[in-house]
Amino acid sequence: MLGVTDLDLSFSKRTLSNGLDVIVHEDHHVPIVAVNIWYHVGSKNERPGRTGFAHLFEHLMFEGSEHHNAGYFPPLQRAGALLNGSTNTDRTNYWEVVPTSALDLALWMESDRMGYLLPALTRERFETQRDVVLNERRQNYENRPYGLALIAILAALFPPDHPYHWMTIGAAEDIRAMQFEDVQEFFRTYYHPANASLVLAGDIEAERGFDLAAAYFGEIPSGQKPRPVQANGALTQERRLLLEDRVELPRIYMAWHSPAMFAEGDAEMDLLADLLANGKTSRLYRTLVYQRRIALDVSAYQSSREVGSFFLVAATAAPGQSLTELAAVIDTELQAIEDHGPTQDELERSVAQAEAHFVYRLQTVGGFGGKSDQLNAYNVLRRDPGYFAADLDRYRNATFESVRAATKAYLPFDRRVVLTVVPRGQQALSVPGAEPVVVS
Amino acid sequence: MTVNRSRLPDVAPDPHFTFPVIVRHTLDNGLHVRTVEHPSVPVISFIVQVDGGSGADPSHQEGLAAIAADMIDEGTGSLSAIDVSDALARIGADYDVDVGADATTFGLTTLTRFADRGASLLASLVTRPSMREEDFTRVRQLRLDRLRQLKDLPPAVAERAFLRLLYGTHPYGHLPIGNDRALRGMTPADVVGFHHSVYRPERATLVVVGATTHREMARIAEDAFGSWDPKRGEASTSTAAADAPMNDGARLAIIARDGAAQSELRIGQLATRRNTPDYSALLVMNAVLGGQFVSRVNLKLREEKGYTYGARTGFDWRRALAPFVLQASVHTAATADATRDALAEIGGIGGDRPPSTEELTLARASLTRGYPRNFETVQQVARGVAQLALYHLPDTYFEEFIPKVNAVSAEDVVSVARRYLDPARLTTLIVGDHAAVSESLATVGLGSPELLPSES
Repeated sequence: MLGVTDLDLSFSKRTLSNGLDVIVHEDHHVPIVAVNIWYHVGSKNERPGRTGFAHLFEHLMFEGSEHHNAGYFPPLQRAGALLNGSTNTDRTNYWEVVPTSALDLALWMESDRMGYLLPALTRERFETQRDVVLNERRQNYENRPYGLALIAILAALFPPDHPYHWMTIGAAEDIRAMQFEDVQEFFRTYYHPANASLVLAGDIEAERGFDLAAAYFGEIPSGQKPRPVQANGALTQERRLLLEDRVELPRIYMAWHSPAMFAEGDAEMDLLADLLANGKTSRLYRTLVYQRRIALDVSAYQSSREVGSFFLVAATAAPGQSLTELAAVIDTELQAIEDHGPTQDELERSVAQAEAHFVYRLQTVGGFGGKSDQLNAYNVLRRDPGYFAADLDRYRNATFESVRAATKAYLPFDRRVVLTVVPRGQQALSVPGAEPVVVS
Repeated sequence: MTVNRSRLPDVAPDPHFTFPVIVRHTLDNGLHVRTVEHPSVPVISFIVQVDGGSGADPSHQEGLAAIAADMIDEGTGSLSAIDVSDALARIGADYDVDVGADATTFGLTTLTRFADRGASLLASLVTRPSMREEDFTRVRQLRLDRLRQLKDLPPAVAERAFLRLLYGTHPYGHLPIGNDRALRGMTPADVVGFHHSVYRPERATLVVVGATTHREMARIAEDAFGSWDPKRGEASTSTAAADAPMNDGARLAIIARDGAAQSELRIGQLATRRNTPDYSALLVMNAVLGGQFVSRVNLKLREEKGYTYGARTGFDWRRALAPFVLQASVHTAATADATRDALAEIGGIGGDRPPSTEELTLARASLTRGYPRNFETVQQVARGVAQLALYHLPDTYFEEFIPKVNAVSAEDVVSVARRYLDPARLTTLIVGDHAAVSESLATVGLGSPELLPSES
C-alpha cells in the first residue's frame, strides 16, 4: 500500500425541481472552473439498423442553439475556454474549462443547447455533420490497421439485439441512412434535465455554483427519465474468427464477458489486466515479448461498462511467429493465475499503481477523466457522487484469492471470442478452425 | 436571477497571470537544476532533458538517439529490465520518454513520499544504464518490427515522407525511429558511444516540480544526481544547429496506397526557428489559419464541406529551421477539392484575405485567456520549464507570453504569413489511392503528382 489515507473528492449536491442533478466541487488552486455535463444516453440506447445516432447527435450539439444560432466554439474560445464532448456506449459528455470569469458564459451556452437546440438545427447542418462522421469512421476505423477488429469482436461477443453488439461510431450504412426527422424525437427523449447531471469543479463557491445552475438550467422543462437499458447475452462456446486486413503482422484478440462497471469483480479484472500486460514485469509481456520474443506487443484491459463489460487480451505476432503459439502461451498464463492466483508481490504492485493513478487524476478539475468527469461518472452510474473513496477501496481490498476467483469465473476458455487479424490473402496465419468474417 | 437570452453574458478580464518562481542552480558536475514549488496534490515530477535528440543521429545511423533512449530503462547496476519495471511500478511511477529533434526527455512522476526513491532510480537509469548486448538486440528487433508496422499506418507514412521531402539529408530529415538499414547496422558499441557523448551532466537539465520546498528538491537533486561523472570521453558536437536549405519551387507528390478509404494530406514548408522574434505573431497567424477547431482550414474543410473529420495547421518547432504543416485525412473522392481549398487558405491569409478584427480577437484570446489551465499539474509545469531550457528562453517567458500575444496586430499576422508561407514553395504530399486521385489532383495547378516510393 502507498499509505495514501486522506484522499477524497469533496462535493455538494442538489437536484433542481426539473430533475437536473447539480454537483459542485471547490478547488481554488487555479482560477478556472470546469463545467461538465453528462447525458445518460449512448449507443446502448440505439437499436439495430439505427446505430451511430447518439454520436452523430453529439456533433449536432456544437452547431448552435436558438439564442446563439452559430457555432458553439467561437464565443467560448474567445473567452479562453477549452471544450470538447464524447459519446460512448453509456453516456454522452460535454465539458468546458473556463477562466472563472467566463463561468456565466459557459452555463449560458450549455443551458441554451439543453433547452433550445432544435430551433437552430437545419437539415443542412445535419447533413454536413453526417458526412463529417462518415469521415471520422473512415479515418479512425476503416483506414487504420486493425481498426475493424473491435467491430468484429463486439458483433460476435454480444447477440444482435444486445446494445453492445455495435460500436458507438455505428455502421456506415446506418449513418448514411440517418434522417433529419429522427433528431427531434431523440432530443426530446434524452436531452432534458432529468436525464442529465451537471458538475462545476474548480474556483467556485458551492452556493454560487448552485445559484448559477438554477438560474440558467432551472427554466428548462423536465422530461421523462428514460427506462434503464437491460440486456443479457452469454456466450455458450468459444467462437474463432478471422479477419483479413491491410496489416503486416498478424494479431490475436481474446474477449470475454466480464462484470459490469463497479460490480463485484470489476476491479479485480482491472488488476488482472495490469498484472498480465502492463509493463515489462507483467506476466504476458515478460513471457511473450521479453523472454520468448514471439510477440511484438501485448495488451489487456477491462472495458468497464454499465450493462456489462468485456475483458480483452491482444498480442501481435513477431515476424514469422505463429498465432497458435501465442494463444497457447496466453492460455497457459491465464490457467496459472486461475490455479494459483497472482503472487502477493504482483498484486501489491498492481494495487500501488492503481492507487497512484487515483492521486494523479485529482490534479485536474476538467477534461476527460478530470475531477468533474469522475464526479459525474459516480453520480450517473452509481447514483453516488461520493463514491471516490469506496471506488479506491475496491482496489485496496482485492486479494490474491479474489483475483484468482474472478479469473476462474470470468475467463473460461470454452466461452470466449478469439479473433485473428491476418494480412490479406494469408488466412493460413490464423488459428485452426477460425471462420472468416467480413466487416465494413 | 432571470437569464437574459437576448445576448451572451459579458466576460470580465482574467486576473493577472503569474508563474511560480523557478529556482535555478548548477551541481558541481555541471548539471543544470530548475525547481518549482507546486503545492496541491502530493505528487512530484522529475524531468531529465539531455541536449541531443534524433537531430543528433550520426549520418547513416538514423534511429540511434531513439534506441539509446529505449535502452535507458533496460537495466542499471544489479537491476535487470524486469527489475526496473518492477521498481517503477512499486512507487506507482509514471515513466515516459520523448525523443525529439533537439533533445531527449525522460519524465518520472510519483507520489511525494517516494520522491527520493523515484529520483534515485531515474538518476541510475539515465546516468548508469547497463546497455547489455542481449537487451540491445531485443530492443532493436522490436523497433524493426515497429517500423514494419508503421508502413500500414497512413499518418506515419505521410509524416515520414514529408520530413524527407522538406529536409532532404539534413539531420531533421527523419523520424526518431530511423530506418531499417540504419537500425540493422547498429551495434551496442554505437549506443554506448552515443550515451557517453550526449548523456553528460553539463549537457543536461533536471527539472523538479512538486508539492514540497525548493530546498528539499535541491537536496533530492544533489543526492540523486550529484555523483553523475562529467569526465567521460568527448562530448558530442553533432547537433542539428545548421538550417536546412528551403525548397525552391512548389511540389506535389503522392505515395500510393491502393484502395485507401481516405487520403492523408500534408502541405507545408520550412519556416523559421523556435526562438524567432516573430514567434508570437506566428502563433496568432496559425490560430486564425488552422491551429484550432474554429480556424479557417477546419471551418472550410470540415464544417462547410464535410471533407474530413478534422484539419489543422501548426509549426513543428525546433531550434533550427522548423516546418509549418497543414494536415488532414480526407475522403478519397474529395482529395483534389480538399487540396485546392487548403492551398487557397494558406495563400489567402497573407494575400487577399487578411484576418478580420473578429478573427484576430478570437485568435489572441484563445491563446491567452484561461492560460493558467496550462499549468494545473506537476507534469505540465515540469514540461513547460523543460521547454524554456531547450529553447534558451528566459524564466519570465510564461509571464510575458500574454502581453506579447495581445500586442500582435493584423498587420503583424499578414506580414509573417507573407514572410513564412510562400505558396510558390509549398510542398504537398498525398498518401492515398493513386488510381482514384491522381487525375483530379493534376487539376489543382501543381502539375501531375510525382509518385514516390514508400520508405523502408
